[in-house]
Amino acid sequence: MLLIRCPYCEEELPELEFRNAGEAHVVRSSHLADVSDQDFEEFFFIRTNPKGIIYERWRHIHGCARFFNAVRDTVSDKFLMTYKAGEPKPLLVSEPAKTAPAKPKAAAKPRSRKGDA
Amino acid sequence: MAKASTKSGAVAERRPALAGREIAAAAVRVAVLPPAERISLRAPAGSVSALSKALGLTLPTKPKTSASKGGRTALWLGPDEWLVIDEAGKSPVADCAPVKALHSAVDISHRNVALAVTGSGAEATLSAGCPQDLSLAVFPVGAATRTILGKVEIVLLRTAPDAFRVECWRSFSDYVFEFLGEAAHDAAA
Repeated sequence: MLLIRCPYCEEELPELEFRNAGEAHVVRSSHLADVSDQDFEEFFFIRTNPKGIIYERWRHIHGCARFFNAVRDTVSDKFLMTYKAGEPKPLLVSEPAKTAPAKPKAAAKPRSRKGDA
Repeated sequence: MAKASTKSGAVAERRPALAGREIAAAAVRVAVLPPAERISLRAPAGSVSALSKALGLTLPTKPKTSASKGGRTALWLGPDEWLVIDEAGKSPVADCAPVKALHSAVDISHRNVALAVTGSGAEATLSAGCPQDLSLAVFPVGAATRTILGKVEIVLLRTAPDAFRVECWRSFSDYVFEFLGEAAHDAAA
């Protein structure tokens, strides 16, 4: 069974106690009414969906019930680290080459815009 | 509805879930514990000392721990969440009521049903459905956690090396009881 470290329980606990809660560090605008449709679409629907390192929100729902953030490799399904909600996005030293996923994301965006038009 | 029932003269009879049921396997005994007073307590760190004083025990602040005094037990469930169980018949809600510090104390006495799993096979019985490591070294006496058993959420408290208290929601209690019964017979084998 996959063991996930809960930063609040300070222990590695079985995955059955946890639930995924989507991508982390998606910032909601404090003045949402002023946000353009395009920016709102990006905030609301568009996710990175990378092959490799992903920053996710997880919830220890059948434990301390707290939300926290985790860094996970989508290929190996390995949890690289977990940290408390609200803490800054950690920079992974071991993953300098993985900045590449940012590019496919940029390439994907015009494609979706074309689809809209 | 309430009026109609009083008119008919029906005397309300309290029938606790699972009342009187018990399973005795070779090495394990699963028994329903008598009703107790319970509260779900939520409070920030700044209110803990005031609430501890009012409840008459020190609220634990470390994960997976509990504190017990005079028939009252406080179980750490989360960084700002506790389950307080009183088996002495005193109301923890009433004790929290005069506390001015910010907190939320909700009476959940009737929401939960408690089961005692005792005997040399108690650990094996619970491990049949609980994914956590329940060995004495990792889950010592007094350790408490919210976790799962089979398909439902439970709160688990180790009261002795070979005794556990299982708290589950009332509507799930039948499932939990049957599950533990099956597991108890397996543990004996």
